[in-house]
Amino acid sequence: MAKITLNINKKDYQLEADPQMPLLWAIRDLAGLKGTKYGCGVAQCGACVVHLDGEAVRSCVTKVSRATGKKVVTIEGLSENNSHPVQKAWQEVDVPQCGYCHSGQIMSAAVLLREKPNPTDQDIDDAMAGNICRCGTYLRIREAIHKAAEMQQKAPVKG
Amino acid sequence: MNNDKNALDRRSFLKASLLSGGGLMLTVSWLSSFKSPHKAEALNLPDQWSQLNGYIQITSDNKIKLICPNPEFGQNVMTSLPMIVAEELDADWKNVVVEMGPHDPVKLGAQFTGGSNSVRMYWKPLREAGAAARQMLREAAAQTWNVPVGEVTTKAGVLLHSSGKSAKYGEMASKAAGVPVPKELKLKSPKEFTVVRKSKKNVEVQKITSGKPLFGLDYTVDGMLIAMIQHPPAFGMKVKSFDAAETLKMPGIKDVFILKLYEDGFEQGGFDTRSFNELLVIVGNTTWEVMNARKKLTVSWESAGQLKDTVAGRDGKKREVVVPGALESTTTQMQQMQDYAAKPAQQLRKDGDPETAFKNAAQVIERTYNGPFLAHNCMEPMNFFAHVTEEKALLAGPLQAPGWAEPTLAKLLNLPPEKIEIQMTRMGGGFGRRAYAHYLSEAALISRKVKAPVKLMYTREDDMTYGIYRPMYTATYRAALDANKNLIAFHVKGGGIPEHPIHANRFPAGAVDNYLAEGWQIPSNITIGAFRAPRSNFNAAAEQSFLDEVAEAAGKDPIEFRLALLKRAKENPVGKNNEYEPDRYAGVLQLVRDKSNWGKPGNEKFHRGVAAYFCHNSYAAHVVDMVSRDGQPYVERVYSAMDCGIVINPDAATNMVQGAVVDGIGNSFYGELTFKDGVPQKNNFSNYRMIRINEVPKSIEVHFVENDLDPTGLGEPPFPPVFGAVANALHKLKGKRYYNQPFRDEPEKTI
Ligand code: FES
Ligand code: FES
Repeated sequence: MAKITLNINKKDYQLEADPQMPLLWAIRDLAGLKGTKYGCGVAQCGACVVHLDGEAVRSCVTKVSRATGKKVVTIEGLSENNSHPVQKAWQEVDVPQCGYCHSGQIMSAAVLLREKPNPTDQDIDDAMAGNICRCGTYLRIREAIHKAAEMQQKAPVKG
Repeated sequence: MNNDKNALDRRSFLKASLLSGGGLMLTVSWLSSFKSPHKAEALNLPDQWSQLNGYIQITSDNKIKLICPNPEFGQNVMTSLPMIVAEELDADWKNVVVEMGPHDPVKLGAQFTGGSNSVRMYWKPLREAGAAARQMLREAAAQTWNVPVGEVTTKAGVLLHSSGKSAKYGEMASKAAGVPVPKELKLKSPKEFTVVRKSKKNVEVQKITSGKPLFGLDYTVDGMLIAMIQHPPAFGMKVKSFDAAETLKMPGIKDVFILKLYEDGFEQGGFDTRSFNELLVIVGNTTWEVMNARKKLTVSWESAGQLKDTVAGRDGKKREVVVPGALESTTTQMQQMQDYAAKPAQQLRKDGDPETAFKNAAQVIERTYNGPFLAHNCMEPMNFFAHVTEEKALLAGPLQAPGWAEPTLAKLLNLPPEKIEIQMTRMGGGFGRRAYAHYLSEAALISRKVKAPVKLMYTREDDMTYGIYRPMYTATYRAALDANKNLIAFHVKGGGIPEHPIHANRFPAGAVDNYLAEGWQIPSNITIGAFRAPRSNFNAAAEQSFLDEVAEAAGKDPIEFRLALLKRAKENPVGKNNEYEPDRYAGVLQLVRDKSNWGKPGNEKFHRGVAAYFCHNSYAAHVVDMVSRDGQPYVERVYSAMDCGIVINPDAATNMVQGAVVDGIGNSFYGELTFKDGVPQKNNFSNYRMIRINEVPKSIEVHFVENDLDPTGLGEPPFPPVFGAVANALHKLKGKRYYNQPFRDEPEKTI
């Protein structure tokens, strides 16, 4: 056990954690933020994707020690008021079925759009292939990412 | 307006009361004939289950709260069911808030998510609930304004009178609570619909996109412990002894113990299936601590041997079921199936004289199809929260059928049902898996033992290797053609481990003079359960590729070939009990033919496969357009046609069909679970391949047959025929037939 300070969604959390503990469980169990999901624990499904200093990482295989001194952003902190273009596009296209995979899908898509503001279908497939949706909402994920790209061009996200 | 004749029988169960703080609460209580479940009933739900209860609440500040009775697993019932109430209530959808109801069968009915039955079962009762409330609001306005009730109309949550008087529902709600419940209900005709048939957004989409704690795994209370179960590595094994000394030294670990799920002789209901009865449980403070410490357990396992289960029968008598003890392997299972397939089987249906017809045939086509066990792989692994004390039990988590879990729990905990509270969280997928609530019972017993609130969690590996799979199936089809290439006899003989897949009264039964269906089954200790369109998800693949091959042999277009058979079934049906309506079956085939430009120029680039199927009261047809991409078959485009009667929420319905198509393509190419000495050979997404975004079609165009028939379900029906359409397209692409799921190039397995 060690004392660890995690900065999640611009807030500092003082946690007692085994430094080996995956970031996912620190976020969910210790910081109590349940938006980041567990799907496989072995970097295969993308349900647990969060941003670590702006990069999309699979928190289930990222040691909590790696996140100290960095900025962690989870789905809860992606925007205020659910207003990130990706979130808005997801709502407009009504993407989810069960919804369980979508925290991870949205977090992956947000990084894609920052790096490629105008992605092609191929870009989307490449960037999103690590996120499984068991309900099969993939076509709507593609559509929503294109829509988010349009929205972003009209009103660029700050920060 | 249609007068609802049945309403008279039901009126005494409608109860209105005043909400505290003012407003109307309408409790719609029909007597529920819902009893404890049986598998057979669940797959073929009787009509009286449509009797249920519901809630409408209208506050004086004009908020309309509708309670969703059925658990949500992504089929969007939390939106579609309240839409039905709102329609007849004539509510303004903008003012509606939806809340998931608790498990309360007296007030909310069967509350069963499964069998594509939510909309079908709740359609009429929820309409009646809405219509009754609307009539009471009109009555209240008529009294207030001193005008005849017949002159009071409604529009989007507003009461209106020709004199210019108007009032929002909220203003009249308290008064309406005192109005006698109407004796006769008037329901809208479909052309008057303003909410139903207009796409509405998922009522929880905002919560999903912002990561709100909606799911069972997210549920937490102060002092909650985490529990995991170390189940045996193989089916047919049990724990012999364990040493937890190292585990108990690990931080955060509270206890390690063995718990028996069912006592000897426990009478299991149809959905009480469990794979392992003696549970090696580890309990600790946090998920990671428990996961980590579990690895330090030293366990020795032994053969469980042959076991006997006591299972409740449909006739009220219990019977003993023998669970074999062998450690099974896929190769030996295949051999076993081959042996059984050669033996006489149970006759399920016979029309005409198939033996003679086959003897006299000019040509006989015979093909055998195989399908493996499949794991559901719900995105959210199995889990449940339980807080059980001597006096009461609180449970919360993902569950499809609380009404089936509760009687089991009452017996296990020795508590009366009124002391058991079950809350249904949003489910991260279900697909049939969460109708089997062993994990809820396990959580409850663990909580009682450790005397604390507990969350039982399955890791992905626990979930995938636990069981309750789609069974392993095989079927041999034979078709007899006469000299003019007419289909004169049809024979299907199917079997499975541990149940056969045959639906004897489905197409092409009814369309062929000489018909024989037979089934056989082999017992196994590998547990199985409903998997999105049980049995159909294998049949549709086998039968629809077989019909494609028969059409080819007969020199006919596959759609025209099926349409001719359906015409026969309509005009001069063979036999009785044909389950499908030939017109509606033909309807989806014609619609998909027209929308896909089947047989028309412009599609040369594609290798096209078609299939259609009827199950769970709805009709589905797909045309799959395949190309070769990087040397691999790729489904680039799909056209789907559905007939599920009135479509409540078209955009969500389209989402559902698209998802089923993707699921079907994925399972066609990759779905498979094999065994070696009882050990499942896949345990996570690293080896159990799931379809991903780069493998799904560019477009899936979904069309619905437009009619005013009462709505039926969509969760399952679009899924099964995808396999058949993929198989048929593959044949066009590769020039050979694929008989074994998953479809891939390898030395063919044969049975
Ligand atoms: S839970 Fe991290 S990738 Fe699946
Ligand atoms: S919506 Fe259910 S897993 Fe993606």
